[in-house]
Amino acid sequence: MARLASVADLEKLRQEIVAARDPGKTKIAICSGTGCRAYASEEVIAAFRAELDQRSLADKVEIVTTGCHGFCEQGPVLVIYPEEICYLKVKPEDVAEIIDQTLVGGQVIERLLYVGPDGEQKVKESEIPFYHHQQRLVFGSNRFIDPCNIDDYLALDGYRALAKCLTEMTPEEVLAEVDRANLRGRGGGGFPAGRKWAATRNAPGDIKYVIVNADEGDPGAYMDRSLLEGNPHSVLEGLVIGAYAIGAHLGYIYVRQEYPLAVDNLGRALEQMREYGLLGKDILGSGFDFEIEVHRGAGAFVSGESSALMSSIEGKVGEPRPKYIRTSISGVHGRPSNLNNVETWANVPLIINKGADWFTAIGTEGSKGTKIFSLVGKVNNTGLVEVPMGVSLRDIIFKIGGGIRGGKKFKAVQTGGPSGGVIPEEMLDLPVDFDALTQAGSMMGSGGMIVMDEDTCMVDVAKYFLEFLAEESCGKCVPCREGITQMLHLLRLICNGEGQPGDLELLEEIATMTKDCSLCALGQSAPNPVLSSLKYFRREYELHIEEKCCPAHVCKALVTYHIDPNKCRGCGACRRNCPVGAISGEKKQPHVIDLDKCTKCDTCFMVCPPKFSAVTKLSGSEQLPAAAPAGEQEQ
Amino acid sequence: MLGTVDRIIDSYGARQEALVQILLDIQHELRWLPRPVLERVAARLELPLNLIYNVTTFYKHFSLVPQGRHSISVCVGTACHVRGASRLLGRVSEALGIKPDETTADEKFTLKTVSCLGCCALGPVMVLDGEYMSNPNSTDIAELIEKCE
Amino acid sequence: MAEVNLVINGEQVRAQEGMSILEAAREADIFIPTLCHHAEIDAYGACRLCVVELRQGDRSRVVASCLYPVAEGLVVETESEKIKNYRRTILNLLLQRWDNIPRALLDRYGAAPNPRYVENMTFCILCGLCVRYCRDVKGANVLGFIGRGTIRQVVVFPDQAMKYCPTCGNGEMECLHYCPTGVITSDYQGTGPANGQPLPHAYPVCIRDETNILEILERVGHLEY
Repeated sequence: MARLASVADLEKLRQEIVAARDPGKTKIAICSGTGCRAYASEEVIAAFRAELDQRSLADKVEIVTTGCHGFCEQGPVLVIYPEEICYLKVKPEDVAEIIDQTLVGGQVIERLLYVGPDGEQKVKESEIPFYHHQQRLVFGSNRFIDPCNIDDYLALDGYRALAKCLTEMTPEEVLAEVDRANLRGRGGGGFPAGRKWAATRNAPGDIKYVIVNADEGDPGAYMDRSLLEGNPHSVLEGLVIGAYAIGAHLGYIYVRQEYPLAVDNLGRALEQMREYGLLGKDILGSGFDFEIEVHRGAGAFVSGESSALMSSIEGKVGEPRPKYIRTSISGVHGRPSNLNNVETWANVPLIINKGADWFTAIGTEGSKGTKIFSLVGKVNNTGLVEVPMGVSLRDIIFKIGGGIRGGKKFKAVQTGGPSGGVIPEEMLDLPVDFDALTQAGSMMGSGGMIVMDEDTCMVDVAKYFLEFLAEESCGKCVPCREGITQMLHLLRLICNGEGQPGDLELLEEIATMTKDCSLCALGQSAPNPVLSSLKYFRREYELHIEEKCCPAHVCKALVTYHIDPNKCRGCGACRRNCPVGAISGEKKQPHVIDLDKCTKCDTCFMVCPPKFSAVTKLSGSEQLPAAAPAGEQEQ
Repeated sequence: MLGTVDRIIDSYGARQEALVQILLDIQHELRWLPRPVLERVAARLELPLNLIYNVTTFYKHFSLVPQGRHSISVCVGTACHVRGASRLLGRVSEALGIKPDETTADEKFTLKTVSCLGCCALGPVMVLDGEYMSNPNSTDIAELIEKCE
Repeated sequence: MAEVNLVINGEQVRAQEGMSILEAAREADIFIPTLCHHAEIDAYGACRLCVVELRQGDRSRVVASCLYPVAEGLVVETESEKIKNYRRTILNLLLQRWDNIPRALLDRYGAAPNPRYVENMTFCILCGLCVRYCRDVKGANVLGFIGRGTIRQVVVFPDQAMKYCPTCGNGEMECLHYCPTGVITSDYQGTGPANGQPLPHAYPVCIRDETNILEILERVGHLEY
C-alpha cells in the first residue's frame, strides 16, 4: 500500500474498504480481550476457524477477533452480525452447534443466550440490561474492530477527525474546540485538557512533546488496557491531533510492560500508520511531521505521576520531581510536555468529529462526556462499563451491574483506587462526576469501581491499600514513607486484635499531615483510603479495637472456624480437603475443627456443600447457635 | 550471556535514555539480572553502577535473583482482594513453603503477586505458567504443584 | 536579578528573584527547620520539615519552603499552629529511625517518641545529603539509593569507595560532614572511620539497617566486596 498523500487519498481508500465489505455477510465478533482470553476464548476462535474450513464456509462467514466487549462476567462473549445475536460463556464444544443451528439453520440457541435474574432471555446484545443502560461512545467500537487491522478502524470513519484537523482547522481552532468541550483528564485529577494543551503550546521552546499515560496503576482497573488492546488507533488518532494543536513532533506512549498484548497491538498499529502515511513526515500531505515512540514501564505505580513518568521516559528512576513547576513548562528533557491518559486521548477524535456542542450536551455541569469504569468486586456483572457523567452509583451497580453477588447486602463502593476512598450505602444516589466524588472524600481516579458487600472488612481494605502504597511509594519524602509505614503498622495492630484506644486519633493525625505535606500526588492522596473509611465506617474500626471483633469475618486473627453441629451431616468434604489435618469426625456425624491446628486457610468453608453450609466463622463474642436438643438431629 | 547483553544494548544504539528498555529486554531473555550483566550495562552506557542499582531495585519487574522454572502468580488487585485473594495467597504460600517474591530451594517455583490481570470476573485468580485458575482450594493447589515437572 | 517583596510572619522581607522561601527567610534571620537541606547542594524536598503556609485571603496552602520560589506579594507563615503540628508529627515519625534528633528541635515542637509506632532505628533518615554530595559535588558515585518505598536505603558501592574515598578530603571523607545524624561517622559495630577504616566495610551506610533486599543481593553475589 502506498502512502496516502492527501485527505482525498484517505477518503478514496476508505470507500474502497467499505465497498469491499458486504454488510449482509455473516460476521462473528469474538471477544479476545484479557478477560475472555482467561476463559479460553482463543480456543473458541480456533475451533470456529477449523470448523468453518472443514465445511467450506470460511469465505461465507467472517471471524473478527476483537478487543474487550466489556461483559467479562459472561465470557467468552461473541456477537453474530447482522442479526446481533449475542452468545455468552461460549465453549469450544459449542462451536459446531452454533454453526449448524444458527449460521446454517437460522435458529437461536437458547442455552447460550443471556438470562436475566427474572429468567427472561435476551437475544440481541443491545437488549441485555448490562449494555442497554450504557452509552458506549469511546468503548463501543471495540466490538467491531480487529485491533490488528487498521482498515477496520478506517471503515468506522477512523482518522477522519485527524484529516479534518490537518486540512480544515488551524492548531488554534483544534485547541479551542477541545477547550470548549471541557474535556477533563480521565486519569485521575480531572484537570481540563484544553487548559493543559494551551499551557504546553504557549510555553517557550521549539521542541515539545505529547505523551500517552498508559501506566494504569490502579490495582483494580483495566479500562485503559482494554482500550489500548482493543482500539489502539482511537488513542493514536487523538494523540496526533493533540500534537498538531500543541505543536509537538514527537510523542511518547508510556505503557506498562505487564500489558504485553497492548504493547504488541500498539506496535502493529504504529507500523500500519507509518505504512499509510498517517505517521512520519508530511502526514496526509499537510506538511505536519510527527513520530511516536513506545516506552515500556517496568512496574512502578508512582511512575503514573506525570513528572515521575517523564523521568522514566528519560531512562531514570521514576521518582516525582520536587520542583514547583508544571510539566507543561518543563517536562521530558526539560521541554514542555503534555501528558494525558489513554481514555482522554481517545475522546479527542469524537470531539473533533461531532463538535464540542455535542460533547457538552452529555454529562453534568462540571463533567462532560462519558466515563469508562471497571466495575468489579462483589457485583453480579463484572465488566467494563461506559456511562455518561452524572449517572448515579446506584444505577451503575444495580441496573448495569445487576446488584450484589449471592444475594448479599451492599456495603460500600471504592472508587479512585489507592488514591480514592469508600462510599457507603447512604450515598449511592451520588451522581458520578469528578467534583461529587471528590466532595464525598473519594475521587474519580482512572475509573476503578470496586463493589463491596457485608463480607468485606473496611479496616482490612484500608490496610490493603496502605500495603500497596508502602511498596509503591518511591520512599523519598518523610510524610509519605514514614507516614505510610506507621499508618500501616497501626492498621495491622488493629486487624490483629492489638488495637488500643487512641489509635484512631493517631491515624488521623498522621493522615492529615501526610495529605498536606507529601511531595507528590501519591503521598498526598495516600491517606484517603484510611480517612474515608474512618469517616463512614468508624464503628467497624471501634469494634476491632474494643471488642476484638471483625464483623465481616475477614481479619484472620479475629476469626475462628467452627462447624455447626446442627448443620453438619458428616459428608467428610472438609476433613478430606483440610491441608493440615485439623478436622476430625466420623462419617455421617458432625465434624469438629481443632482450633490449635487450624491455619484459617478457608478451604473447609469453600468445600462445605452449600446445602449444608455448616462451616461457620465467628469473631468477637459471637457464638455458634445452641446445639439442638438430643434426638432432633436424627429426624 | 554478555553477547546477548551487547546485542540488546546495540539495538538501542547504547543510548543512556534507553536504560530501562534495555534492562527490560535483558530481563526478558535471561529472566534475571546477574551482577556481571549490570556491570556491562554500566560500562557500555557510561553510567555509574549506583544508578543502575537504583533503577533495577526501583522497578518491580527487574529481578536480581534467579527465577524458578515455573511461575505462580496470585492476583492481589483490589477486586481479587475483596473476594479473598489473601486467603488464596496464604494457601499457595503454604503449599510451596515460600513467601511471595521467593523461589523454592530446588528453583522449581517462583511465587509472585501481581496487581490486576484484567480478568476480575474470575477473581481471586491464580496463574500457573500462563494458565488461569479461579480460587483453587488447598487440594487443587497441591494437585497442580504435583503435576509440574 | 530583580528584587521581590514578600511577607514572612507579618514581616516585610526583600529577596532576589529565583531564591527559595527558605533562602529568603534565612537571610532575614527567620528560623525554618530543615534536615535534608544544605546550601551547597541542590534543594531536595524530602524531609518536609521546612513546610510553611502560604496565605491567599482566607485560603492557605502548605508548601516546602526549600523549593518554593519567592514571588512578589507572597504571604508566608512559618510557625502557624498547623505547621507546628505537622512538624511535631514529622519529628515523631523520624524519631523511629533516629532517636538522637537534637533536643532543641524536639522541644520546640513538643515531639516525643510514640510507643504505638514501629521502630526502625537505622540512624539514616534518607535525607540523601551524602548521596547527593558524593554524586553531584564530587562526581564520585560511591553512595547510592536502592529499593523503593518503605525499604529504600543508602548503600556503599565498595569498588567505587576504594577508588575515591581514600583521597576525598585528604582521607577525611567530606560526606561525613553532611550527614545530619552522624551515622556515617558512628561506630556501632566497630567499623567506620573512627576505627581507621576508609568507610564502613559493611554496606549499607547506616550500619544498623539490615533489610531483606541486602541479604538477597549478598546471597547472589551482587554488591560483593
